[in-house]
Amino acid sequence: MSKKTVIGFLTAVLVLGISSMAFAADEAVKAAGLWVFFGIAVACGFGIGVAALGTGIAMGNAINGALQGTARNPEAGGKIMTTMIIGLALIESLCIYALVICFILVFKIPDLGAMFNLILKSLGG
Amino acid sequence: MEHPIFFIDSILAALGMEHPFAYSHVAHSWFVMILLVLSAILFVRGIRLLPTKGQNFFEVLVGGLENFMVDITGPEGKFFFPYIGTIFLYILVSNLIGLIPGFNSPTANLNTTLSMALCTFAYTHIIGIKFHGVKYIRHFLGPVLWLAPLMFPIEVIGHCARVMSLSVRLFGNIFGKEMVLTILFALGGGLAGLCLAPLPILFLGILVSFIQALVFMLLSIMYFVGSMEEAH
Repeated sequence: MSKKTVIGFLTAVLVLGISSMAFAADEAVKAAGLWVFFGIAVACGFGIGVAALGTGIAMGNAINGALQGTARNPEAGGKIMTTMIIGLALIESLCIYALVICFILVFKIPDLGAMFNLILKSLGG
Repeated sequence: MEHPIFFIDSILAALGMEHPFAYSHVAHSWFVMILLVLSAILFVRGIRLLPTKGQNFFEVLVGGLENFMVDITGPEGKFFFPYIGTIFLYILVSNLIGLIPGFNSPTANLNTTLSMALCTFAYTHIIGIKFHGVKYIRHFLGPVLWLAPLMFPIEVIGHCARVMSLSVRLFGNIFGKEMVLTILFALGGGLAGLCLAPLPILFLGILVSFIQALVFMLLSIMYFVGSMEEAH
């Protein structure tokens, strides 16, 4: 089998295995009706991860172009670097939009342990 | 999470204000304003032909900013230099005082950044109407006249997206920097543990403060130039 097939097969096994473990552990959470917090937590993690992936690729392209331009014409190095820094700031702002959404979501997850203790105490007392 | 402790908030609480933390961005923005105005008054008090230290510093700063701006806009753009210079200095000082322990950045709050983005948005249209009059609407209609029903909503949404992008870019960068500093400091065990853990982030924070002020100023200049020049 080629290397690509092996890697693809192993990735599929890994993803299915981990997701099945996650779903099994969350039957209890689902039963308690707190499924939404699981969704929020997973969305925060994956959201910013995927945004950072795209940002990393785009920034790599930008710096690649700037370095090649400077290598061809070292005298224009100052102007090229200034333009590169501004371009990097604009690319980074796209990742920052995703980060702001993640912040909004992350602060919506309550402290479930304390919440349960409070509910149990009020029911028991 | 409890409130962090700020000097200005403690002073306001001692003066009798309740919940000063809810308005800490307003109090700190007043502090930045007083700082900038006082430094301008102090250093420019006895203005001379051969400049002294303070006047020299401000001449370099303001002259450099003006040259940078005129490079992009050309000589007809000189009239909005006060606004651009104010934006740059205000955002720069606001970002930098957040790095000092005991102070908050006013730009770490979406209200401050949104107000500045709205000022830029309003000034863009004022410049457009001042230069072109009623014909300013041709900027929104696209290159060919029969494409106008398609181009007009797209251009309007694009203009409104500028406000959001300017405000959220600055807010996200500065608030994210503060959040990382807070979390790193808390994870490091407070004053007892790795209190040097936030140090790389502090260096990065200085860089980010400069770059974000520069980018806000640059984008404002480009929007002004876009509304000054002829339609597509």
